[in-house]
Amino acid sequence: MLRWIAALCLLCLPAAAAEEQVVLGLSQDRVSITANFDGSEILIFGAVKREAPIPPGPPLEVIVSVVGPSEPVTVRRKERKLGIWVNTDSVLVDSAPSFYAVATSAPFNDILTDTEDLRYRVSIERAIRSVGAAMHIRGAQEFADAVIRIREAEDLYSIRENTVAVDEQTLFRTSIEMPADLTEGDYLARIFLTRGGEVVSQFETVIDVRKVGLERFLYNMSREQPIWYGLMSLAIAIAAGWGASTAFRLLREK
Amino acid sequence: MQIYLPIAEVSVNAFLLFGLGGMVGILSGMFGVGGGFLMTPLLFFIGIPPAVAVATEANQIVASSFSGVLAHFRRKTVDLKMGFVLLIGGLTGAALGVIIFNYLKSLGQVDLLVKLCYVVFLGIIGSLMFIESVNALRRSRKAGATPPKRRQRSWIHALPFKMRFRTSGLYISVIPPLFVGLFVGILSAIMGVGGGFIMVPAMIYLLGMPTKVVVGTSLFQIIFVTAFTTMLHATTNYTVDVVLAVLLLVGGVVGAQIGTVIGARMPAEQLRVLLAALVLVVCGKLGLDLLLEPAELFSLGDEGGH
Repeated sequence: MLRWIAALCLLCLPAAAAEEQVVLGLSQDRVSITANFDGSEILIFGAVKREAPIPPGPPLEVIVSVVGPSEPVTVRRKERKLGIWVNTDSVLVDSAPSFYAVATSAPFNDILTDTEDLRYRVSIERAIRSVGAAMHIRGAQEFADAVIRIREAEDLYSIRENTVAVDEQTLFRTSIEMPADLTEGDYLARIFLTRGGEVVSQFETVIDVRKVGLERFLYNMSREQPIWYGLMSLAIAIAAGWGASTAFRLLREK
Repeated sequence: MQIYLPIAEVSVNAFLLFGLGGMVGILSGMFGVGGGFLMTPLLFFIGIPPAVAVATEANQIVASSFSGVLAHFRRKTVDLKMGFVLLIGGLTGAALGVIIFNYLKSLGQVDLLVKLCYVVFLGIIGSLMFIESVNALRRSRKAGATPPKRRQRSWIHALPFKMRFRTSGLYISVIPPLFVGLFVGILSAIMGVGGGFIMVPAMIYLLGMPTKVVVGTSLFQIIFVTAFTTMLHATTNYTVDVVLAVLLLVGGVVGAQIGTVIGARMPAEQLRVLLAALVLVVCGKLGLDLLLEPAELFSLGDEGGH
């Protein structure tokens, strides 16, 4: 019993530090990539817990971001050589999230200052790091911009302003759409409460995105037992091809 | 109905894949070609990563050639000895091809290599076929024209290491078939094709094999070379997507049966002109992509690379 009380006290300690705190709910904390997976929509909702009355001043705003696992990405630029377009320069962007969605309750720049953005890496531009860009390549920034542009076109990166609904500065909810082409891994959902551009509280939770069933099995097998996977692919394909043609021939001969 | 492909890691419409498989299957049945050279570029167009498209197509070709080669075995139109010689060259070529493929992949030039190969080979084959079949059409209009004489002796016959190929009725050096096999093996690994569209003309015009054993023998070689290519890609690049292969295959096999029926009802010369035109269209589309300034100059490659 005493231990429980101690644990409760520990839990309450950070709460005392922040005046306003997020209590979060997710419609699902796990996304299963099955054979017929064609995207997912996650409802993120919650309430702001506070001990004191709502502070005066600018209203409470909410930013929700969902970040996929980060991986290094090689970005290549095409140039015209001998009349055809070929890849020439390449830059390794050290860490670019495979998925990035930001939803806000008001225009992004109105509710988060640049300094706070820099500190918490909220906007897409801040979430991508490109430390190792070679100096001799002109316009290294263009390469990082290209990652954002290409992934925005694929719906992997998005910023959706005014899509978080906030009621009475206490309840908030939004939904994040995830496309079908997801990389698996741990997706981090972050919720920021801001007032006058400053972050007053933040909360993080993990959404587990995993291939399951057959998808999981085939993927693992192709990486762990590539020889058996290759042989199996051949066997399945030959059986399917031979079976289909035999079936068709029997049908026609009838 | 969307299907998530576990290796390609993209979600595509299953009916689109059935449709593509079926369409290419009809064409391959009509013209008696493998269809790999059409399917691989089409897979690029629908957003399958080129490395996955090439490796998976190799897997699919094994399967779609399998029932074909069985039929040829039943009719005894496979020159096994020639097949094995071609195969030795083919396996060496496939290994070389995969090494080249992986090296250029690390340089980020693999898309360019694959597309250039397509433009060059489709361009050459398409033009040759077009000229040849237009000439044939003209000749068939002129009644009583004599068929062109085939050259009896050439430099091919002066090479050493001669071997007797009884089924083909040939006594020639093993060097030309080895090289034909090697060349086709390299192409198979790089382009994700069986290589029939190169090998069949080479066997007829270069080696002088009788037409009736050409298709069976080339299919025999293609099965083993593409199976080997599939294994190499599966173990070095992990890019063989079995789900994609099976979906394409089912459409392809059904399409091929329909295509054979259509093909039998159309005159051969006109069919060849059509095929030549088709090859040139695919070549032109890929060529334009290389020549015109792309809308997006940047592209993303997965993982580190160099």
